[in-house]
Amino acid sequence: MPDGITNNTGPLLAIRGISVRFGGIVALNDVSFEIERGQICGLIGPNGAGKTTLFNCLSRLYEPQTGTITFDGHELLSQPRHRMAGLGIGRTFQNLALFRTMTVRHNIMVGGHSTTRGGFIANALRLPIVAREEARLVERTNALIETLDLGAVADTPIQGLPFGTQKRVELARALACEPKLLLLDEPAGGLNSEEVEKLRALILMVRERYGLTVLLVEHHMNLVMRVSDKVVALDFGRKIADGTPEEVRNAPDVIRAYLGADA
Amino acid sequence: MTVTPNVRLIGLFAVLALAIALPFFVGGYRVFQFTMVLDYAIAVFGANILTGYNGQIALGNGAFYAIGAYTVAILMNHSGLPYWATLPIAAAICFVAGFLFGLPALRLEGPYLALATFALAVATPQLLKFHGIEKWTGGVQGILLDKPDAPFAAINSDQWLYLFCLIVTVIMFVLGYNLLRGRTGRAIVAIRDHPMAASSMGIDTSLYKSLTFGVSAMFTGIAGALGALATQFVSPDSFTLFLSISFIVGVVVGGVATVSGAFFGAIFIEFVPPFADQISKAAPWAIYGVLLIFCVYAMPTGVAGLFRLLGRMIFRRQPPSSSEISPARLTP
Ligand SMILES: Nc1ncnc2c1ncn2[C@@H]1O[C@H](COP(=O)(O)OP(=O)(O)O)[C@@H](O)[C@H]1O
Ligand SMILES: [Mg+2]
Repeated sequence: MPDGITNNTGPLLAIRGISVRFGGIVALNDVSFEIERGQICGLIGPNGAGKTTLFNCLSRLYEPQTGTITFDGHELLSQPRHRMAGLGIGRTFQNLALFRTMTVRHNIMVGGHSTTRGGFIANALRLPIVAREEARLVERTNALIETLDLGAVADTPIQGLPFGTQKRVELARALACEPKLLLLDEPAGGLNSEEVEKLRALILMVRERYGLTVLLVEHHMNLVMRVSDKVVALDFGRKIADGTPEEVRNAPDVIRAYLGADA
Repeated sequence: MTVTPNVRLIGLFAVLALAIALPFFVGGYRVFQFTMVLDYAIAVFGANILTGYNGQIALGNGAFYAIGAYTVAILMNHSGLPYWATLPIAAAICFVAGFLFGLPALRLEGPYLALATFALAVATPQLLKFHGIEKWTGGVQGILLDKPDAPFAAINSDQWLYLFCLIVTVIMFVLGYNLLRGRTGRAIVAIRDHPMAASSMGIDTSLYKSLTFGVSAMFTGIAGALGALATQFVSPDSFTLFLSISFIVGVVVGGVATVSGAFFGAIFIEFVPPFADQISKAAPWAIYGVLLIFCVYAMPTGVAGLFRLLGRMIFRRQPPSSSEISPARLTP
């Protein structure tokens, strides 16, 4: 760990003054907020508000023009994209991004890439350390397969699995990097109300079991309000509210921008 | 999962035993041909690691084959090193050359990368004729090599060369198989399937792609080195564009993203052109083309894919075993 004092007391994630522009579009405009350790933070806002863009800044897929992001004592924006998983940020994607030719099991194992070390030479020679790492990863993968109820499809290729199943695979894959912070981008998208209930229980359960902090983007108001400790609302790239679910639900700007329309 | 690995292992040892016995049952020229099959199998495997597993379409591997061959030829004629000691050097040089070529190639995707590697293959014969290096390369004349002698009197030098190639082949396939079956192999395939997601999972995609390029070049270079020993001659015109394309033909015919496919691909490369020539002296390449199209249509996942399908039917095994990566098709 180069700049590595892990700060165990402050907020796990601090976003300060992040702005992202795409040509003329301002996708994020000076957004700041913090998430405490162990919190579930809901991120809401109408379509195009900039929620996915914020996620993509946190996974270093987009480069913000201004602002800083501090995660667990690390300055995120000075690190390359592939370091995010190792630092402890796991994510799912709004429009699935699975490895389509690989089996469920292998997808989850790729999620554990950052928890193992063996490089080209060690693998080609199948050194004992590689075999040991592999055995541990297989064990953790089996546990995740069981936790997420993927046993029946574990050795099936991803292609052709139902959408809901693929979403669970993405969640398992994100958990495989042993994250401190889990980013969920619209996990309830495309699920029916019964499945949404299950998802809520699942989010609470994995938070408990793995000691996670969760940032949850969701359209499903009911789910966000019932699962979150804290909610941040965006509209046209600006933060318009930040507080408890109750506070945010009643904020005039939120009612106008979002809930007023379809709550 | 309980029965099949054993069946496979037994099958593997049976094939290996046959391969060891082979040069004692067939005549001289056939021994040479099978030596070339082993040699091409390593090259096809190298091309498959890059193109089939990692999704970087490589039409220029003939260049690395040439570098491997020339390294051996030059070292044997100028350094006095024994033939076997030149192989690791050829491997190292080709790895570095491939890694370095892979760096700028990072910026190229699909057909653009294919074109860049194509350019490399086209340029290779001419670069080898360059006057400035003629003292080493022998220019258009090329270089003649001594035939390695058999270490035991019981076998002749052709048989020994075949067995030597077999040893190297086994080593390369064990290394390659290990590379692909674990963490590195999953990362290599993840990059092919979804590069953005792969980097989000912690894979340094640039480093992996360049290293994979290096590994592919190294396999191809070793194949080139063995090829030089087998033919005892290297010249610029042995390393044409057609050779580079042949490796990709071998990949597709044998089975994209399969390990065993390399051998079927190599058999195609070595035996189909003379076979086509036998059928029609007038239009051998038309026959070659028809056979190629037939293979692609009849076996869309290659010969290895077909065998896997048959095996699954015979052993009534539904899911693929957990350590194998399923054969794929090329999607630029
Ligand atoms: N890669 C991109 N290129 C150009 N515009 C983009 C890109 N990504 C997002 N945007 C724009 O930024 C805005 C915010 O998008 P997004 O973050 O996806 O919203 P949300 O996830 O809240 O629905 C939208 O106007 C979208 O069109
Ligand atoms: Mg979105």
